[in-house]
Amino acid sequence: MVRRIAGLARIQVDDDKLPALAKELSAILGFVEQLSEVDTENVKPYTSPVEMQIKARADAVTDGGYPEDILANAPEKDDGYFAVPKVVE
Amino acid sequence: MGQGNDLTALTLAQARDGLRAKEFTARELTQSFVDRVAASEKLNAYILQTPEHALEAAERSDARLGADDARPLEGLPLGVKDLFCTRGVRTTACSNILGDFTPPYESKVTENLWADGALMLGKLNNDEFAMGSSNETSAYGACLNPWRTDAGEALVPGGSSGGSSAAIAARLGLAATATDTGGSIRQPAALTGTVGLKPTYGRCSRWGIVAFASSLDQAGPITRTVRDSAIMLTSMAGHDARDTTSVDMVVPDYEAALTGDIRGLRIGVPKEYRIDTMPLEIEALWQQGMDWLRDAGAEIVDVSLPHTKYALPAYYIIAPAEASSNLARYDGVRYGARKMGDDIDDMYARTRGEGFGEEVQRRLLIGTYALSAGYYDAYYLKALQVRRLIAQDFENAYEHCDLLLTPTTPSAAFPLDKGQSDPLEMYLNDVFTVTVNLAGLPGISVPAGLDAKGLPLGLQLIGKAFGEEELLRAAQVLEEAAGFSAKPDDWWTSS
Repeated sequence: MVRRIAGLARIQVDDDKLPALAKELSAILGFVEQLSEVDTENVKPYTSPVEMQIKARADAVTDGGYPEDILANAPEKDDGYFAVPKVVE
Repeated sequence: MGQGNDLTALTLAQARDGLRAKEFTARELTQSFVDRVAASEKLNAYILQTPEHALEAAERSDARLGADDARPLEGLPLGVKDLFCTRGVRTTACSNILGDFTPPYESKVTENLWADGALMLGKLNNDEFAMGSSNETSAYGACLNPWRTDAGEALVPGGSSGGSSAAIAARLGLAATATDTGGSIRQPAALTGTVGLKPTYGRCSRWGIVAFASSLDQAGPITRTVRDSAIMLTSMAGHDARDTTSVDMVVPDYEAALTGDIRGLRIGVPKEYRIDTMPLEIEALWQQGMDWLRDAGAEIVDVSLPHTKYALPAYYIIAPAEASSNLARYDGVRYGARKMGDDIDDMYARTRGEGFGEEVQRRLLIGTYALSAGYYDAYYLKALQVRRLIAQDFENAYEHCDLLLTPTTPSAAFPLDKGQSDPLEMYLNDVFTVTVNLAGLPGISVPAGLDAKGLPLGLQLIGKAFGEEELLRAAQVLEEAAGFSAKPDDWWTSS
């Protein structure tokens, strides 16, 4: 189970760490299990503390034109692009 | 130099007034802090010092002060939590995964502070990605609390803004920026005898702050006084088109709200915060707080927040779920420390496996699980429904009162390594603060007394949404009544 979740989260976890991690995660999930006691029938999920219409801005390009800044922190770059290991064989 | 004529002993407001009265220069003030910060490595509050930055800015401030053209924070040296992106200055959220990331942009909150004339002494330690309550999950190592027990036992400064709280308690800056997702400003403030304010969600822009849980994160100041907190918030707050959840409302002059008059104010005391495990001295301090506010003309009202006990469980679904989404961006492609693998998937997994610390990995796994197919409704949706009930509890309570008074934390500062064996025990630190984040409300911790070991304890006031003026006004009355004047000694300085 932990291995599957770690795969979904794209996190490499060493085999010898799995049992301890499983125990910790079970404890946390056991703790949140209390939520099932609460009657939430007909309660609307709360998605944002800001009760307002989010402003829409003009659909226009407002930013850009500085590729050097964008690439400044790249672990690897090539000819103005981010470089990664081969994705398609 | 004794503390009597040491410029670092001034509050932010005193330093501001002293600069304007030309009692000293910004250069002198800044040099005092730069020297003190340089001698503070034992505390590990600053993970990066920027003395050239600060001293150059101080020269410019002196020119403005000389021309009587001072901005609100002209020449005042601050520390910045490493969660705030600072242009050209390494920003890592204290995680190995960000490597030596150096932002080509500035967070809106720090941009506001620099535009008002403040200057930066350096970047402050925090729990990795702000996930922790003791500052021990930082990739730069633990930060120590300048307060110790009489026996000299080392204590944590709280977290996640532990560098910010330690720095202000140790006079390593006039104020510090911090962030609060579940208590990360108020809990460290309480553990270090400082003032920590979490504003209403939407009051400060989150733009350029490394995201943890976007519906809960909010920036605020840690300071030595309530007045300083008001001054800082006035500069930090404001609308920003780049954060669609930042609110387009006029920012009041919060300092002007500090009238000292709280007559007729109704202070609610939630009965659910009287938990079994609360030490007697915290219970007594809470009672004392009620008496102080009553003596100042406020009315104390009993209120109920019936869903309080479900706040932490809801938080430990919602915050990790949002984090698992927010932290998906750290993949070793565009920035940060890449770990090569056999192919691109392996590169992602290694980069994240080696780059994230244990607590961050735990939370990402919980969040991924809660959002995964088949579990989404049972965990995530359920937590969002409970969150609404918690927010409604506050709405109901505010029909009977204007502010709430609670302890900030269930204990004073604790020794290092205490929570290592059991992550859940560490989570309980936020039991009194996390409800406020879930409901998006403002809260402030004010130093109110010392425990039997001589360690600071805080009381928390909680306000209505965008009710920071009333909140700060009452906080100052509480601060004055408490008359907290104890200070940690300088055991940590190296010369």
